[in-house]
Amino acid sequence: MKRNERVSMKHGAGGRAMRDLIERVFIAGAKAIPGVVGLAEMDDGAAIPMGDGFLVVTTDSHVVVPRFFPGGDIGRLAICGTVNDLAMMGATEPLALTCAAIIEEGFPFEELERIQRSMRQACDEAGCSVLTGDTKVMGKGEIDGVVLNTTGVAFTRTLVRDNGMKAGDRIIVTGPIADHGFAVLVARNDLKLEGDLRSDVAPLNELVRMILKRGGVTAMKDPTRGGVSSAIHEMASKSGVGVVLDEQAIPLRDEVRAAAEVLGIDPLHVANEGKALLGVRADAVDAVLDALRSHPLGREAAVIGTCTQSHPGRIRLHTGVGERLLAEPDGEPLPRIC
Amino acid sequence: MDKQLAQLKFRDPARARALGEALNRVTQEIGRDPISVMHVCGSHEQAIARYGLRATFPRTLNVIMGPGCPVCITDVPEVDEGVALALAGVRVATYGDMLKVPGTKRSLADARADGGRIDIVYSIAQAVDLARDTDEEIVFFATGFETTAVATAAEILRGLPKNLSILSAHKYIPPVMEIVSEMPGSRVEGFLAAGHAATITGSAVFEPFAARHKLPVVVAGFEPLDILAGLLALLEQIRDRKHDVQNLFPRCVNREGNLVAQDKLWRVFEPQGGRWRGIAHIPNGNLRLREEFANVDARKRFKIDIKSLWEDAPSQLTQHCICGDIMSGIAAPKDCPLFGKACIPDSPVGACMVSSEGTCRIWHQYGGVPDLREEQR
Repeated sequence: MKRNERVSMKHGAGGRAMRDLIERVFIAGAKAIPGVVGLAEMDDGAAIPMGDGFLVVTTDSHVVVPRFFPGGDIGRLAICGTVNDLAMMGATEPLALTCAAIIEEGFPFEELERIQRSMRQACDEAGCSVLTGDTKVMGKGEIDGVVLNTTGVAFTRTLVRDNGMKAGDRIIVTGPIADHGFAVLVARNDLKLEGDLRSDVAPLNELVRMILKRGGVTAMKDPTRGGVSSAIHEMASKSGVGVVLDEQAIPLRDEVRAAAEVLGIDPLHVANEGKALLGVRADAVDAVLDALRSHPLGREAAVIGTCTQSHPGRIRLHTGVGERLLAEPDGEPLPRIC
Repeated sequence: MDKQLAQLKFRDPARARALGEALNRVTQEIGRDPISVMHVCGSHEQAIARYGLRATFPRTLNVIMGPGCPVCITDVPEVDEGVALALAGVRVATYGDMLKVPGTKRSLADARADGGRIDIVYSIAQAVDLARDTDEEIVFFATGFETTAVATAAEILRGLPKNLSILSAHKYIPPVMEIVSEMPGSRVEGFLAAGHAATITGSAVFEPFAARHKLPVVVAGFEPLDILAGLLALLEQIRDRKHDVQNLFPRCVNREGNLVAQDKLWRVFEPQGGRWRGIAHIPNGNLRLREEFANVDARKRFKIDIKSLWEDAPSQLTQHCICGDIMSGIAAPKDCPLFGKACIPDSPVGACMVSSEGTCRIWHQYGGVPDLREEQR
């Protein structure tokens, strides 16, 4: 460890630096329990064997600037983030959510109520409720507005991990990518871009429930911070396979394509909050796509790549006019300067 | 697909394949190994790396990135001047890419950490706005090739606020092509010239160079097909032993260039010899303010003491940095022991990892090994 090393923003950006921090500080020395998917697995949640299935637990803290953005707000994000982490483990029927709110002195009640309404709306969509919670108030300037933490608990008989892909499996994305990250980035920096950039934040549990019935899903992950690039790198390296992605097959809204071009930011590095990446056995692809496309959240699902035996852990990207390796993001994407 | 067609015109896979096949054919006709050509523009390297074009180049074609990153070739003493001004209490406005470029001992980012005031701006116009809002002295640390130099010139001619002056580190590209092609060991057989700079200078600016060095020059744009077509034209000239200047970016560039812009550029700036970081002394490679603009020249307005910054030797790490060789086109990032290990965008050792136009930064951004021909298994 370097002397005087400090945590920087990149340690929260979902890339390699964040994984290094978690491994070094939180996992090192943590006790593993046989049969339990725990910290060391760094999956979307923990899974504890119980009866003929698993109890899945996950937790997530939410801070977002601005708190309200086109397509959603911090409340909707707090519910969907946790519901989706459960769903990515195959646990699509949340038994309970908890919510802890840490609020800054002076925070307007009106805004808090608006956030609460939005959380309830998202819970209704996901078919779950917040059953217990906690509130703390901190002094002015001691915290930025409001921080929400949610924890989710669910039971599943079909545990899905992020490490089960085999050579020959296909990669499916459930819809157009990078909507959330660009919507927030543009709202945050008040960039004057035309077009409707809206966050995709949505609960995916119903969609996932439908596809799991069809079978053949070997791995799942929601490409949040760090985007598709970070998620696919993690899935590939944990599964011990390489991946070849076809860039032109990756669905992208026109508005996002244009914003990415203008800002010089790769959409593959940008966060999603209502999308999943799936590893799917080749013989199950049609059935899974069918199921996805019958649901509003999966209508634009597409096959975007294939797993290979060669170059394990590395992602080759066909650009249509050439081919390169996909880099893992290692910081917050910022608009290119010149 | 229809709505995407307009945008994809210059990224069409079928046309790219056809151009790739033609490149193969012509390199075989030439028959030498390797055939080296150079481009001198970070935006060309961006596009080549972003679209993975090197994976489609013929094995014998070596496309080298030359000194095409204006931030990277800003010389150490020039950075020192900015640092010295900032430490002396003058507000320094500059492009964000300049922040981490190493000086002798400190970068502008270090100067800021030590209490210096640095403002990040996207253009000189923003520096003008900054100056209008305050009485404090502001220095615009101006970097970039002829494209941004024209913007600086235009603002100076329009009249700067009294409290704004210019520290010019602007560079002029044509002279460095001469130096690089004359370097011992240089095997460059042709140049791909940058389309955006040529919109100002016109393609004719390269004619004396092509004639003197008997090297072909092709002006090309920045979409994948622009680059492939430019390379093909270059190789055809090499095959036919021609050394013409060809303009393959006629949708933006003509022979004469932008005469109004050139007039402004040369009214304000004069070419002077000076060092480019890591490369060499380049005769006429620096653009400095003419005498009649001394009143806005930061070098004349302030006494800049850079010697006081030279007390300590540079750190050990920088001695292993091969940025100079990379910018001269003699080496590639993969030849550097620091690349991707001790030297990453977050903590860069050399200038090539700092700037978004630097070769190392671009390679790192697009997977670190842009040439998949070396990776085939």
